Amino acid sequence: MYDAPKLETALDQQDIKISADKVQVYYGETHAIKDVSVEIEDKTVTAFIGPSGCGKSTFLRTLNRMNDTIDICRVQGNILLDGEDIYHAKVDPVQLRAKVGMVFQKPNPFPKSIYDNIAYGPRIHGLANSKADLDVIVEKSLRRGAIWDEVKDRLHAPGTGLSGGQQQRLCIARAVATEPEVLLMDEPCSALDPIATAQVEELIDELRKNYSVVIVTHSMQQAARVSQKTAFFHLGNLVEYDDTSKIFTNPSDERTESYITGRIG
Amino acid sequence: MSDATIDPVTQPAPKRSSLHQTDARTRKRNAAEKRFKAYGICAIAVGIFFLVVLAVSIIRSGLPAFTQTVVSVEFTMTQDQFDAAEGELFKTKAYSAFFNNALVETLKEKGLEVESDAKAFERILGKTGGTLREFYRANPDELGKEVDFELSASSRVDGYMNGRLTRDNMEDSRFLEAADLDIVDAMITAGIIKETFNWNFITGADSGVDNPGGAGIGASVVGSFFMMLVVLCLSLPIGVAASIYLEEFAPQNKFTDLIEVNISNLAAVPSIVFGILGLAVFIQFMHLPQSAPLVGGLVLTLMTLPTIIISTRASLKAVPPSIRDAALGLGASRMQAVFHHVLPLAMPGILTGTIIGLAQALGETAPLLLIGMVGFVARGYPEGFISGFTDPNSAMPAQIYTWAARADVGFYEKAWGGIIILLIFLLTMNILAVILRRRFERRW
Amino acid sequence: MPLSWLVIIVLAVSAVGYYLGRSRALAAAGGNSRDLHSLPSYYGANVLMKIIVPAFGVMVIWLLAQPLIIDRSVASMIPPSEIDEGASIGLVMAEVNRTAEGIRNAVAEGTMSREMAEDGRAEFVDFTQRLKDAGQIVTSNLSATIVRAAQRTNEMVAAGNMYMTALVLLIAAAGLGWGVKEAKPLFRARNVVEQGIRALLIGAASIAILTTIGIVFSLAFNTVEFFRLYNAWDFLFGVEWAPSFSGRGGSSSLGVIPLLWGTFYISIVALAVAIPVGLFAAIYLSEYASPKVRAFAKPMLEILAGIPTIVYGLFALLTVGPLLVEIFGEGGWLGVNWQGGGRAVMTAGIVMGIMLIPFVSSLSDDIINAVPQSMRDGSYGIGATQSETIRQVVIPAALPGIVGAILLAASRAIGETMIVVLGAGAAARLSLNPFEAMTTVTAKIVSQLTGDSDFASPEALVAFALGMTLFILTLCLNVIALVIVRKYREQYD
Repeated sequence: MYDAPKLETALDQQDIKISADKVQVYYGETHAIKDVSVEIEDKTVTAFIGPSGCGKSTFLRTLNRMNDTIDICRVQGNILLDGEDIYHAKVDPVQLRAKVGMVFQKPNPFPKSIYDNIAYGPRIHGLANSKADLDVIVEKSLRRGAIWDEVKDRLHAPGTGLSGGQQQRLCIARAVATEPEVLLMDEPCSALDPIATAQVEELIDELRKNYSVVIVTHSMQQAARVSQKTAFFHLGNLVEYDDTSKIFTNPSDERTESYITGRIG
Repeated sequence: MSDATIDPVTQPAPKRSSLHQTDARTRKRNAAEKRFKAYGICAIAVGIFFLVVLAVSIIRSGLPAFTQTVVSVEFTMTQDQFDAAEGELFKTKAYSAFFNNALVETLKEKGLEVESDAKAFERILGKTGGTLREFYRANPDELGKEVDFELSASSRVDGYMNGRLTRDNMEDSRFLEAADLDIVDAMITAGIIKETFNWNFITGADSGVDNPGGAGIGASVVGSFFMMLVVLCLSLPIGVAASIYLEEFAPQNKFTDLIEVNISNLAAVPSIVFGILGLAVFIQFMHLPQSAPLVGGLVLTLMTLPTIIISTRASLKAVPPSIRDAALGLGASRMQAVFHHVLPLAMPGILTGTIIGLAQALGETAPLLLIGMVGFVARGYPEGFISGFTDPNSAMPAQIYTWAARADVGFYEKAWGGIIILLIFLLTMNILAVILRRRFERRW
Repeated sequence: MPLSWLVIIVLAVSAVGYYLGRSRALAAAGGNSRDLHSLPSYYGANVLMKIIVPAFGVMVIWLLAQPLIIDRSVASMIPPSEIDEGASIGLVMAEVNRTAEGIRNAVAEGTMSREMAEDGRAEFVDFTQRLKDAGQIVTSNLSATIVRAAQRTNEMVAAGNMYMTALVLLIAAAGLGWGVKEAKPLFRARNVVEQGIRALLIGAASIAILTTIGIVFSLAFNTVEFFRLYNAWDFLFGVEWAPSFSGRGGSSSLGVIPLLWGTFYISIVALAVAIPVGLFAAIYLSEYASPKVRAFAKPMLEILAGIPTIVYGLFALLTVGPLLVEIFGEGGWLGVNWQGGGRAVMTAGIVMGIMLIPFVSSLSDDIINAVPQSMRDGSYGIGATQSETIRQVVIPAALPGIVGAILLAASRAIGETMIVVLGAGAAARLSLNPFEAMTTVTAKIVSQLTGDSDFASPEALVAFALGMTLFILTLCLNVIALVIVRKYREQYD
């Protein structure tokens, strides 16, 4: 924490990992995110919920500058990672993304072997000095992705040959392999069946021990199951951000209540 | 989740490297990124560079084909001189002598002394006597009047005028000797030699192998035109019919698959193979005339059909199924739905594809060589419209090849000039296609 | 009666038939078209179809078959003694056909009377002289047998044309009768007409198959003929290419190996130019270029694809060749004396490479664009740079498609003709020096078939064997490429 403003460490004494302040996002003329301020805690699962098109995925993508790949997208406001502005001119998005990994809606394994899928990140970031190092990282990551037992005998088979749930866990393992500090998940279970979803949710709970996890989800049950903090987005605004238990039992905003009870969305 | 809980590896201490400092590895990676991007820019630049070089060499070498060097001499031939010349045994020689005399006189008036060398004059201006005699025999009333007589200079002199030939690089030959250039220089000083636009190149027919100056591309333009007419009349209806069948009616079966495979394969068969097909089937087997635009057109039709079918099917596919459903819902038969609704909507796309196919066919050379549309000097234009299809003729690209293959370097210039004409045609067709697409393009 | 008249008459009959069919159907329904099964015009079209299709069908078949039958029957008239040593019956028949045409032209011009043209006992010398005067024959060694055969040909042609005219008119009339008789209110004219149109559409689509069959047969027949005259083994594995110019065979060496080597060598040079440039251009255009740059650079590159190959040929012969000699030739910029003449493997290869750049780039561009964005996102999400993503994720994912594109480009290179005819030279050589002139399969097809040698000699027939080689080679490449590309597209659809 260099010269960052003293941030309020509320509730249960967690560190603030990411702090967003008055963030605006524009897609061309469209004002997609309006004035969002939020503080994401370390070693916590934070869920973003809200109706389709409310901007929760867009906001998630600003957290590791994935929006840079879209030409017409502009971001204003401050987003600090450990007190450092991630939109600062000196920041290389490549370095940033090594710290803030991302898992996507659809499992997207590379057309390579399972081993190479995992080893891809460590290789490009130079995390392994030798083949043995890399082997260790791959095994560790696959274990952390809770898929090691299923694939340890076929590490050199193509990653695209796995089932959907396995593919998504492979992608999570791949994201973990670069040892990020934050893991962003964009509806990681929307393409999975209930059993695979349960496995991934269990995995997310495990990951909380080491990472700050931010998950965008359409399913309120999922948010209630896996997260400690929940943010409710509506029409590009952050309506309410609080402990998950509070959001789901006693929301302070009526829009949140309407959504939770199924009247909007 | 057993394997996650038995994870033996403990989390390493979090790295606290600042995001605001780019580490060495990232710098290296960014440098690699820049290099990679530079390769891409280089590749594009190389491609465009080649295009520019090609364009420059076409224009620089081709433009001289459109100019022609002419020498104009004013003189008067009297009735007596005419009779005297007609009385000689070698009539044209007498005319030549007369002309040479007039030329020397003209130069002398401008204060330039030139030796009257009949051989040299012939090398510069060709056989002047014959031209002169023809002129006076055709226009006897011009006798006794002063006429401004224009004669085109030989191709070597042409080359000297436009810089292809210099005193340094020339070699004495029966076509031109170094001393002749003195005479040409004298003519330049006298101002009686000048460059004019060479209409003959655009309208004329090919000339003999030793007369590059007289060669024109006109006859082969006509040949190409007839060929394109054949291609258009055959490939458009056949291509559209085939596409309609495949896109709208064909059932999913082996026969349809066979047609599809054949079409995609024919699109990639080398053009020379189509030439062999034309030679064997149309000329050997069906006894159609050699070198005829009809046969050329047939071969090119077979060649362009796959292209046209592929683009036509794409435009048919672009018409949304809702249009068909609407027509069928009103009780139209499938045939009526297709011909009344789908086809008209797809027409702009079909025409665009057809024009592009035609442009491809227009530039195709190899198959034409095999069916004999090459090395042929068309004597005069086709007399009737119908005979234009069956009379031997050349085509633009074949004519260009003929010139390029000749020994006399004077023809190279003509070949480049021919390319300019060919490219103008292609450009026009492509622009037409683009305009058509812009104007009628419909987004569903 | 000239053919065009016959065509016009049939068309006229069909127009009448259309009108009759339409009006008869209407009349039968008492002028109320609602009582008809189909629109009145369909009844007309039914008649039209029943006249035109059979009449023209018979006409085309007749026109194709007639020359064959006449040739065969006339050929039997010619005694074997008439055929010169080394010549074939084909040559004599060509002479006969030329003479027959000459006689017809002479009659048409009026230099010969019809009676004389048909007179089987006409004075032979006088006859020939008249033909010569009319400018209709060039050869002087017409024999009496040939003239008689020519006369016989003309007789048969005239008779054949007459029968054909009669038959076609008869069929047209029958069609008219049939169609008009059918024009009754309950007749399902539309269905019948649509069946007919459908058959036409199928016919049009089958032309692709017919073309392939035509290619295979015209190559196969002549190739078999060639192998009868020349040992197939010597052709396929011979390392020397030296056709004799006498056109009589015997002393020719016609080995395909040097030609194949030249073809491959030039194609390799071409691909060495086209693949890196085309691939990097495609990568830049699809991954980096801003929409503006793309809108400019892509069409610019595609212009290269629209330029006819003859232009590239001339470019090789007159611009690139001399330039290379200036660089690599004697007293050139590099001071090495590697290249003797403008025509060389390098010349043709480089220019062909330029031609293939847009081919490789636009195919690869399509294929790279087909790689799903989610894959790129996955890579960026881990923190890969764009070039790392392209090299390690996009290209491996697109690899099958790119390989297919390259195979198609290779097939193009192997089949390319004009560039090698003008730029590569005419000497068949087995050499590794890229600055030497070499020749290719396509260049030799052109030179063997555009010469004056007659079609029955091995020197000419070898071109068909070469064509067969070329066809099989490119066919294999195309099929493999198409299968790979199709598999690739299915993977991401």
